[in-house]
Parts: sequence; C-alpha cells; structure tokens
Amino acid sequence: MKIAVVQFPGSNCDQDCLRALTDGLQVPAEYLWHKETSLSGFDAVVLPGGFSYGDYLRCGAIARFSPIMKAVITAASDGMPVIGVCNGFQILCEAGLLPGALIRNSSLRFVCKPVWLRVETGDTPFTAKIKQGRVLRMPVAHGEGSYFADVRTIDALEANHRVVFRYVDQSGNETPASNPNGSLRNIAGICNEARNVVGMMPHPDRAWDPNLGSEDGKLIFGSLVEALEPLAVR
Amino acid sequence: MKVQVVVMPKQSVLDPQGVAVRNALKDAGLETIDSVRVGKLLELEFKAPPTETKLQEVCLDLLSNPVIEEYTIHRL
Repeated sequence: MKIAVVQFPGSNCDQDCLRALTDGLQVPAEYLWHKETSLSGFDAVVLPGGFSYGDYLRCGAIARFSPIMKAVITAASDGMPVIGVCNGFQILCEAGLLPGALIRNSSLRFVCKPVWLRVETGDTPFTAKIKQGRVLRMPVAHGEGSYFADVRTIDALEANHRVVFRYVDQSGNETPASNPNGSLRNIAGICNEARNVVGMMPHPDRAWDPNLGSEDGKLIFGSLVEALEPLAVR
Repeated sequence: MKVQVVVMPKQSVLDPQGVAVRNALKDAGLETIDSVRVGKLLELEFKAPPTETKLQEVCLDLLSNPVIEEYTIHRL
C-alpha cells in the first residue's frame, strides 16, 4: 500500500498530511509533484491544504488544470479513494469531482481555530471506522471555506447521505455559533456519488498526535488505511 | 485585439465582500447606497481573435465558476 500526497506550488499542508500518514499511522506515503501525470503504484490520493497558485483567480481554480489532476480524475472514476483537505477540497470542487463551491467566509475573516465536527456517515473509505454521530475535534484554517451549492444540489446531497461532516458544538448540535464560515447547513465535508471522493475543510492532518491537541484525525486516515488493507493489524 | 471578461457573483450567492463595501460606502457618506456586489474584470489580449466557442469554453471552465459566478464577454 502507498498513498500519494500531491504537492502543488503553494501547497503548505503537504508535510502535515505526509507525516500524519507516515508518523501518525506508520503507512507508506510519498509526495507527488503536480507535474506528474501518473498515479501508478499508488492506492489513494491526498490533496493537501495550502494556497495552490496563490489562490489566484479562485481557490483551486488553477491547480485543477495541473497535469496530475487528469490522473486523479481518472483514478477517482475508477474508484480510488481521494481526499481533499481545505485547499484540496476547493480543488476537488473546481475539478468537478465534488459539487458546489467554497466561497469567502461570511465573516470575511480568515478563521484558524479548533472546531467540532459530527460524522454524518460511515459509508466512505475515510469514515468507515468511525461511528455515525461521533463528534471529532480538529482545526480549520481558511478564508474561503463557506460551502455553497444551489438548493437542489444540497437537497440531493442530504437525500443521498453525502454530507460527511457537519460543524457542531461540543455536544454535537448544529448551531449558528458552531459554524465557523457560514457554510450552508453547517456542511464541513461531502462525498461524491460513488462515495470514494471526500472533501473537507477541517484538517485531520493537524490532529493526529496528543501534542497537536487532538488525535481525531487518525480516525479519518486510519479508516482509509483499513479500507485499503482490511487485514492489516494496527 | 482585446477582450474584457467581467465575472460577477450570482445574485443567489451571498457576497460578504459586497456587504462590507456597502457598509463602508454608507459610513463614507453615501447614504442612499442600497447594495454592492464585488466581481472582477479580466483583460485578455490576443494576437488573433479567438473563436466564440473557445472563448465561452474558457470562461466557463477557468475564468468563472458557474456554481457561484456569471460572466459577460466584451470584445473591444
């Protein structure tokens, strides 16, 4: 098993993602420069956070045209697990792998703080090990993380249980105060129709060791590892 | 030749930047201001005019995000 962490010019959570996998979970992971055109030898892809191409034009808009994205789109349609965190989520939306868009936070402020997330479905490779309804703690760090889609798209996401994470308070209740960015229906993460592509604004890559304030991110990457290698003992 | 592409947030999308600018305009004494929407203008220069189809394609794929934005093309 080997997991790719794609590096775009301006990615800045690539090291966090790699270390969450290699140090947090002791699984093989390697950087993959965005100019690469093949994912051969890899079993899953992480699109990390950051400011790819300086967020020029729109967040993720230019990264979406990087050579590696063609391979990511093909692999995703073949069922390979793909996760986009923060800027990675924005790139997945721009690439059309996930519906909707991430727009400017309603506060107009860059928000960088720990939040609580409720896991809405265990039916993705990234949440399979987590009990539905469990509340996780991890940080957000973004200026454009407000999830937006038209009502029909949102309703379809809800109906098909494709909202994967929602911002909640510590007790697991969706409240306006627990929503850090104005996302519609407190949406923090979604998946595609086939459920193998997940995008989320909060950072599991910044929550995999007690020294980071939370280990809950390990549940997400750990679910992936188990999905890839069901018999591995960890 | 030059082409200007104007990209604006859709009416259905909340534009917090526009709201902030509107409030500042009010504070600056423009009391009758009702609303502001902030978009962007891109100026494209060509050695030879592009086809309409190609221009529409890049506006949809790259210069705007049709989920949240609308664009208009002005050939100068």
